[in-house]
Amino acid sequence: MNHFELFAIEPEYAVDLADLQVRYRKLQQAMHPDRFANASERDKLLAVQRTSQLNDAYHTLRDPLGRAEYILGLRGVDMQHEQKTLQDPEFLMAQMEWRERVEELNAGDFTAIDQAYSDLERETKVLQEQLEQQIAEADNDEAANSIRKLKFMHKLGRELEALEDA
Amino acid sequence: MAYSEKVIDHYENPRNVGAFDKNDHSIATGMVGAPACGDVMKLQLKISDAGIIEDAKFKTYGCGSAIASSSLVTEWVKGKSVEEASQLKNTQIAEELALPPVKIHCSILAEDAIKAALEDYKKKHAS
Repeated sequence: MNHFELFAIEPEYAVDLADLQVRYRKLQQAMHPDRFANASERDKLLAVQRTSQLNDAYHTLRDPLGRAEYILGLRGVDMQHEQKTLQDPEFLMAQMEWRERVEELNAGDFTAIDQAYSDLERETKVLQEQLEQQIAEADNDEAANSIRKLKFMHKLGRELEALEDA
Repeated sequence: MAYSEKVIDHYENPRNVGAFDKNDHSIATGMVGAPACGDVMKLQLKISDAGIIEDAKFKTYGCGSAIASSSLVTEWVKGKSVEEASQLKNTQIAEELALPPVKIHCSILAEDAIKAALEDYKKKHAS
Protein backbone atom coordinates (compact mmCIF):
# COMPACT_ATOMS: atom_id res chain seq x y z
CA MET A 1 0.00 0.00 0.00
CA ASN A 2 1.53 3.33 -0.96
CA HIS A 3 1.31 6.52 1.10
CA PHE A 4 -1.63 7.91 -0.86
CA GLU A 5 -3.56 4.65 -0.62
CA LEU A 6 -2.91 4.56 3.11
CA PHE A 7 -4.75 7.87 3.50
CA ALA A 8 -7.27 6.98 0.76
CA ILE A 9 -6.52 10.15 -1.23
CA GLU A 10 -5.65 10.75 -4.88
CA PRO A 11 -1.93 10.66 -5.80
CA GLU A 12 -1.84 14.32 -6.76
CA TYR A 13 0.48 17.20 -5.96
CA ALA A 14 -2.33 19.36 -4.59
CA VAL A 15 -3.27 17.98 -1.18
CA ASP A 16 -5.69 19.42 1.36
CA LEU A 17 -3.39 19.54 4.40
CA ALA A 18 -6.18 20.02 6.93
CA ASP A 19 -7.98 16.97 5.54
CA LEU A 20 -4.71 15.01 5.54
CA GLN A 21 -4.19 15.84 9.21
CA VAL A 22 -7.70 14.64 10.12
CA ARG A 23 -7.08 11.36 8.28
CA TYR A 24 -3.70 11.02 9.96
CA ARG A 25 -5.19 11.47 13.45
CA LYS A 26 -7.90 8.89 12.80
CA LEU A 27 -5.44 6.30 11.51
CA GLN A 28 -3.06 7.10 14.34
CA GLN A 29 -5.75 6.37 16.91
CA ALA A 30 -6.79 3.16 15.19
CA MET A 31 -3.20 1.92 15.02
CA HIS A 32 -1.95 3.16 18.38
CA PRO A 33 0.22 0.49 20.05
CA ASP A 34 -1.62 1.01 23.36
CA ARG A 35 -4.68 -0.54 21.77
CA PHE A 36 -2.66 -3.70 21.30
CA ALA A 37 -1.48 -3.94 24.90
CA ASN A 38 -3.18 -7.31 25.33
CA ALA A 39 -2.49 -8.55 21.84
CA SER A 40 0.07 -11.15 20.87
CA GLU A 41 3.74 -10.16 20.50
CA ARG A 42 3.39 -10.46 16.75
CA ASP A 43 0.39 -8.12 16.59
CA LYS A 44 2.15 -5.67 18.89
CA LEU A 45 5.13 -5.59 16.59
CA LEU A 46 2.88 -5.12 13.58
CA ALA A 47 1.13 -2.22 15.28
CA VAL A 48 4.47 -0.53 15.96
CA GLN A 49 5.53 -1.06 12.35
CA ARG A 50 2.26 0.34 11.02
CA THR A 51 2.54 3.40 13.24
CA SER A 52 6.03 4.12 12.01
CA GLN A 53 4.88 3.65 8.40
CA LEU A 54 2.00 6.01 9.06
CA ASN A 55 4.29 8.69 10.51
CA ASP A 56 6.66 8.31 7.60
CA ALA A 57 3.80 8.63 5.11
CA TYR A 58 2.36 11.67 6.85
CA HIS A 59 5.65 13.53 6.99
CA THR A 60 6.39 12.76 3.34
CA LEU A 61 3.00 13.86 2.05
CA ARG A 62 2.76 16.93 4.25
CA ASP A 63 5.90 18.43 2.72
CA PRO A 64 5.31 19.68 -0.85
CA LEU A 65 8.76 18.65 -2.07
CA GLY A 66 8.63 15.29 -0.32
CA ARG A 67 5.21 14.70 -1.83
CA ALA A 68 6.36 15.63 -5.35
CA GLU A 69 9.42 13.37 -5.07
CA TYR A 70 7.24 10.57 -3.77
CA ILE A 71 4.82 10.88 -6.71
CA LEU A 72 7.75 10.72 -9.15
CA GLY A 73 9.08 7.72 -7.22
CA LEU A 74 5.75 5.95 -7.78
CA ARG A 75 6.23 6.68 -11.48
CA GLY A 76 9.67 5.11 -11.44
CA VAL A 77 11.77 8.28 -11.19
CA ASP A 78 14.12 7.92 -8.21
CA MET A 79 15.46 11.24 -6.94
CA GLN A 80 16.16 10.13 -3.39
CA HIS A 81 19.88 9.59 -3.54
CA GLU A 82 20.80 11.26 -6.74
CA GLN A 83 24.16 12.96 -7.02
CA LYS A 84 23.34 14.63 -10.28
CA THR A 85 24.35 18.25 -10.71
CA LEU A 86 22.09 20.90 -12.14
CA GLN A 87 23.45 22.68 -15.22
CA ASP A 88 21.00 25.40 -16.02
CA PRO A 89 23.20 28.51 -16.42
CA GLU A 90 20.34 30.99 -16.21
CA PHE A 91 18.88 29.50 -13.06
CA LEU A 92 22.30 29.09 -11.45
CA MET A 93 23.29 32.65 -12.28
CA ALA A 94 20.13 33.81 -10.51
CA GLN A 95 21.07 31.54 -7.58
CA MET A 96 24.53 33.13 -7.40
CA GLU A 97 22.91 36.56 -7.31
CA TRP A 98 20.56 35.36 -4.60
CA ARG A 99 23.46 34.06 -2.54
CA GLU A 100 25.32 37.34 -2.95
CA ARG A 101 22.23 39.24 -1.88
CA VAL A 102 21.81 37.07 1.22
CA GLU A 103 25.51 37.39 2.01
CA GLU A 104 25.22 41.18 1.99
CA LEU A 105 22.15 41.25 4.25
CA ASN A 106 22.76 42.42 7.78
CA ALA A 107 21.32 40.25 10.53
CA GLY A 108 19.55 43.24 12.12
CA ASP A 109 18.06 44.66 8.94
CA PHE A 110 14.61 43.12 9.17
CA THR A 111 13.13 45.27 6.40
CA ALA A 112 15.66 43.95 3.87
CA ILE A 113 15.29 40.39 5.17
CA ASP A 114 11.49 40.59 4.89
CA GLN A 115 11.82 41.91 1.35
CA ALA A 116 14.12 39.00 0.48
CA TYR A 117 11.61 36.57 2.01
CA SER A 118 8.72 37.88 -0.05
CA ASP A 119 10.81 37.84 -3.25
CA LEU A 120 11.88 34.29 -2.49
CA GLU A 121 8.29 33.23 -1.81
CA ARG A 122 7.13 34.74 -5.09
CA GLU A 123 9.82 32.91 -7.11
CA THR A 124 9.15 29.69 -5.20
CA LYS A 125 5.45 29.92 -5.95
CA VAL A 126 6.11 30.22 -9.69
CA LEU A 127 8.22 27.04 -9.57
CA GLN A 128 5.60 25.22 -7.49
CA GLU A 129 2.89 26.08 -9.98
CA GLN A 130 5.06 24.79 -12.81
CA LEU A 131 5.71 21.63 -10.81
CA GLU A 132 2.02 21.05 -10.19
CA GLN A 133 1.29 21.33 -13.89
CA GLN A 134 4.20 19.09 -14.87
CA ILE A 135 3.07 16.41 -12.42
CA ALA A 136 -0.51 16.65 -13.65
CA GLU A 137 0.68 16.28 -17.25
CA ALA A 138 3.06 13.43 -16.32
CA ASP A 139 5.98 15.46 -17.64
CA ASN A 140 8.22 13.63 -15.19
CA ASP A 141 11.65 14.80 -16.35
CA GLU A 142 10.64 18.44 -16.22
CA ALA A 143 8.96 17.86 -12.87
CA ALA A 144 12.20 16.37 -11.54
CA ASN A 145 14.04 19.48 -12.71
CA SER A 146 11.55 21.72 -10.97
CA ILE A 147 12.02 19.74 -7.75
CA ARG A 148 15.79 20.20 -8.04
CA LYS A 149 15.33 23.94 -8.48
CA LEU A 150 12.95 24.12 -5.54
CA LYS A 151 15.61 22.51 -3.36
CA PHE A 152 17.87 25.49 -4.06
CA MET A 153 15.02 27.82 -3.09
CA HIS A 154 14.58 25.92 0.17
CA LYS A 155 18.26 26.24 0.89
CA LEU A 156 17.94 30.01 0.40
CA GLY A 157 15.01 30.03 2.78
CA ARG A 158 17.10 28.29 5.43
CA GLU A 159 19.92 30.80 4.92
CA LEU A 160 17.45 33.65 5.49
CA GLU A 161 16.11 31.93 8.61
CA ALA A 162 19.65 31.64 9.95
CA LEU A 163 20.07 35.38 9.46
CA GLU A 164 16.90 36.10 11.39
CA ASP A 165 17.99 33.89 14.25
CA ALA A 166 21.47 35.38 14.37
CA MET B 1 31.83 14.89 10.96
CA ALA B 2 35.54 15.61 10.90
CA TYR B 3 37.04 17.37 7.92
CA SER B 4 40.47 16.34 6.73
CA GLU B 5 43.38 18.74 7.23
CA LYS B 6 43.50 19.45 3.50
CA VAL B 7 39.82 20.38 3.42
CA ILE B 8 40.28 22.72 6.36
CA ASP B 9 43.35 24.29 4.75
CA HIS B 10 41.49 25.00 1.49
CA TYR B 11 38.43 26.15 3.40
CA GLU B 12 40.35 28.58 5.58
CA ASN B 13 42.69 29.75 2.83
CA PRO B 14 40.78 29.25 -0.39
CA ARG B 15 42.96 29.70 -3.48
CA ASN B 16 41.87 31.76 -6.45
CA VAL B 17 38.58 33.12 -5.18
CA GLY B 18 37.10 35.73 -7.48
CA ALA B 19 35.80 36.29 -10.96
CA PHE B 20 36.90 37.21 -14.48
CA ASP B 21 34.88 39.16 -17.01
CA LYS B 22 32.73 36.41 -18.53
CA ASN B 23 32.39 38.32 -21.79
CA ASP B 24 36.14 38.26 -22.38
CA HIS B 25 36.96 35.97 -25.32
CA SER B 26 39.67 34.08 -23.36
CA ILE B 27 37.41 33.40 -20.35
CA ALA B 28 35.36 30.21 -20.06
CA THR B 29 32.67 30.04 -17.37
CA GLY B 30 31.13 26.94 -15.83
CA MET B 31 28.14 27.09 -13.50
CA VAL B 32 26.87 24.05 -11.64
CA GLY B 33 24.67 23.34 -8.66
CA ALA B 34 24.04 20.36 -6.36
CA PRO B 35 20.32 19.98 -5.66
CA ALA B 36 20.98 17.60 -2.76
CA CYS B 37 22.48 20.38 -0.66
CA GLY B 38 21.78 23.60 -2.59
CA ASP B 39 25.46 24.30 -3.24
CA VAL B 40 26.27 26.57 -6.17
CA MET B 41 29.66 26.75 -7.88
CA LYS B 42 31.06 29.08 -10.52
CA LEU B 43 34.39 28.19 -12.08
CA GLN B 44 36.16 30.39 -14.61
CA LEU B 45 39.19 29.54 -16.70
CA LYS B 46 41.45 31.91 -18.57
CA ILE B 47 42.56 30.00 -21.65
CA SER B 48 45.34 31.09 -24.02
CA ASP B 49 45.09 30.94 -27.82
CA ALA B 50 47.22 27.80 -27.65
CA GLY B 51 44.58 26.13 -25.46
CA ILE B 52 46.52 26.31 -22.20
CA ILE B 53 44.72 27.23 -18.96
CA GLU B 54 46.66 30.22 -17.68
CA ASP B 55 44.54 31.13 -14.71
CA ALA B 56 41.44 29.99 -12.83
CA LYS B 57 39.03 31.56 -10.39
CA PHE B 58 36.02 30.29 -8.50
CA LYS B 59 33.16 31.33 -6.32
CA THR B 60 31.31 28.68 -4.36
CA TYR B 61 28.39 28.90 -1.99
CA GLY B 62 28.36 25.67 -0.08
CA CYS B 63 29.89 23.53 2.63
CA GLY B 64 33.58 23.22 3.43
CA SER B 65 34.04 20.24 1.14
CA ALA B 66 32.49 22.06 -1.83
CA ILE B 67 34.70 25.09 -1.27
CA ALA B 68 37.80 22.90 -0.83
CA SER B 69 36.98 20.88 -3.97
CA SER B 70 36.64 23.99 -6.12
CA SER B 71 39.70 25.64 -4.58
CA LEU B 72 41.74 22.51 -5.28
CA VAL B 73 40.72 22.23 -8.93
CA THR B 74 41.64 25.85 -9.62
CA GLU B 75 45.16 24.94 -8.49
CA TRP B 76 45.23 21.72 -10.47
CA VAL B 77 44.06 23.02 -13.82
CA LYS B 78 46.51 25.92 -14.03
CA GLY B 79 49.12 25.21 -16.70
CA LYS B 80 47.15 22.25 -18.07
CA SER B 81 45.88 22.06 -21.62
CA VAL B 82 42.15 21.99 -22.27
CA GLU B 83 42.52 18.31 -23.20
CA GLU B 84 44.35 17.46 -19.96
CA ALA B 85 41.85 19.37 -17.82
CA SER B 86 38.97 17.46 -19.37
CA GLN B 87 40.51 14.21 -18.08
CA LEU B 88 40.24 15.28 -14.44
CA LYS B 89 38.04 12.95 -12.40
CA ASN B 90 36.10 13.60 -9.24
CA THR B 91 37.71 10.53 -7.66
CA GLN B 92 41.09 12.29 -7.78
CA ILE B 93 39.61 15.27 -5.95
CA ALA B 94 37.86 13.08 -3.38
CA GLU B 95 41.06 11.12 -2.79
CA GLU B 96 43.28 14.18 -2.42
CA LEU B 97 40.89 15.78 0.08
CA ALA B 98 39.99 12.48 1.78
CA LEU B 99 36.29 13.22 1.38
CA PRO B 100 33.89 10.91 3.21
CA PRO B 101 31.20 9.13 1.11
CA VAL B 102 28.49 11.68 2.01
CA LYS B 103 30.65 14.45 0.54
CA ILE B 104 31.54 12.76 -2.74
CA HIS B 105 28.91 14.89 -4.49
CA CYS B 106 31.08 17.95 -3.73
CA SER B 107 33.89 16.49 -5.84
CA ILE B 108 31.38 15.59 -8.58
CA LEU B 109 30.25 19.21 -8.52
CA ALA B 110 33.84 20.41 -9.04
CA GLU B 111 34.42 17.95 -11.90
CA ASP B 112 31.17 19.04 -13.55
CA ALA B 113 32.16 22.69 -13.12
CA ILE B 114 35.35 22.09 -15.15
CA LYS B 115 33.37 20.24 -17.80
CA ALA B 116 30.81 23.05 -17.97
CA ALA B 117 33.60 25.65 -18.32
CA LEU B 118 35.26 23.63 -21.10
CA GLU B 119 31.88 23.37 -22.85
CA ASP B 120 31.61 27.14 -22.68
CA TYR B 121 35.14 27.40 -24.13
CA LYS B 122 34.21 25.16 -27.06
CA LYS B 123 31.04 27.12 -27.66
CA LYS B 124 32.90 30.42 -27.64
CA HIS B 125 35.55 29.16 -30.04
CA ALA B 126 33.30 27.23 -32.38
CA SER B 127 32.30 30.37 -34.24
